[in-house]
Amino acid sequence: MKLLDSPAVRVGLSISIATGLYGVSFGALASASGFTFWQTMAFSLLMFSGGSQFAFIGVVAGGGSGIAAMTTAALLGLRNGIYGMQMNAMLRPSGWLKYPQAQVTIDESTATASGQSDPAEQRRGFWTAGVGIFVLWNIFTAVGALAGDALGDPKRWGLDGAAVAAFLALLWPRLKGREPWAIATAAALATIVAIPFVPSGVPILVAAVVAGGIGWFSHGRSDEGMEPDVDPYPHSHSHDSHSRDSHSDEIHSRDDGSAE
Amino acid sequence: MSMWWWILIACGLAYLTKLSGYFVPAKLLRSPRMMRVAGTMTIGLLASLTVVNAVASGQALAFDARLGALAAGAVALWLRAPFLVVVIVGAAAAACLRLLGWH
Repeated sequence: MKLLDSPAVRVGLSISIATGLYGVSFGALASASGFTFWQTMAFSLLMFSGGSQFAFIGVVAGGGSGIAAMTTAALLGLRNGIYGMQMNAMLRPSGWLKYPQAQVTIDESTATASGQSDPAEQRRGFWTAGVGIFVLWNIFTAVGALAGDALGDPKRWGLDGAAVAAFLALLWPRLKGREPWAIATAAALATIVAIPFVPSGVPILVAAVVAGGIGWFSHGRSDEGMEPDVDPYPHSHSHDSHSRDSHSDEIHSRDDGSAE
Repeated sequence: MSMWWWILIACGLAYLTKLSGYFVPAKLLRSPRMMRVAGTMTIGLLASLTVVNAVASGQALAFDARLGALAAGAVALWLRAPFLVVVIVGAAAAACLRLLGWH
């Protein structure tokens, strides 16, 4: 019971339930897109990054090739590498612990840890959210996959509309301010222009190059687009994740201070 | 190559990306420019995936019930509905519009 007294654990548990539940929509969409039960489970067990999972099945559902789906999922997972670097600096996992910790390094576990200031709480928050989401996400993926198989014709149930809404919902929390709206609009226009000219799946990669180019050549927030799908601390900050900004400062000062 | 291989390679890349953060010298990933590109690319990819799923039909543009799902999803998000509700609203909108004859 003592564990539940920890604010980080409570935040971690509530974010686990909120995020884990929507594994059901991933499972249903994956099976409606033609993936087998075990392929669907492989995504949630091994890939374990909601955006990349939805991206892979979304590209395939739209008629894209396996390589286009793989590339889109890999690009969408790049931010997890940044999270890994932040969590390595914040939680300082010892040797072997890095391997399981890497697998549960996602938007929500990083955000939960970053919202705490006490190192022990940061660790508890990260692991509660990471493991909690992993377990629930996989359980609900299985539920969705079995339900999706039973549904029959996916279009009759509007499952293609569900995919549209799911991607919009993944994008939405990142659209805070004018810059992300501008990036999203540029990417959307690039996609529409590219659709008639290149094979299915490739317009998404064209948009990735456009958006990446904007990031490369312009100046602005370095944590743009790094918002979690479900915000663990909805009331503690309004626009940008203040805690995460101060955290990245922390990394810099700590690294500058250490002898190399 | 079969779909299984692409799935497993994508899963391997996803894990290696996460793990790289724990092993690559911080200097490389710490560059604000790299962080910015990872972030802006995330926004661009999600925006593009939304558009593709809403209007692409193979290599053609199609304006069908999925646009209704896009609008309904946006309204649900505007009203601060949780993720799962947004997805269900999107599905319901597309299914209802099809029942009404708009494919």
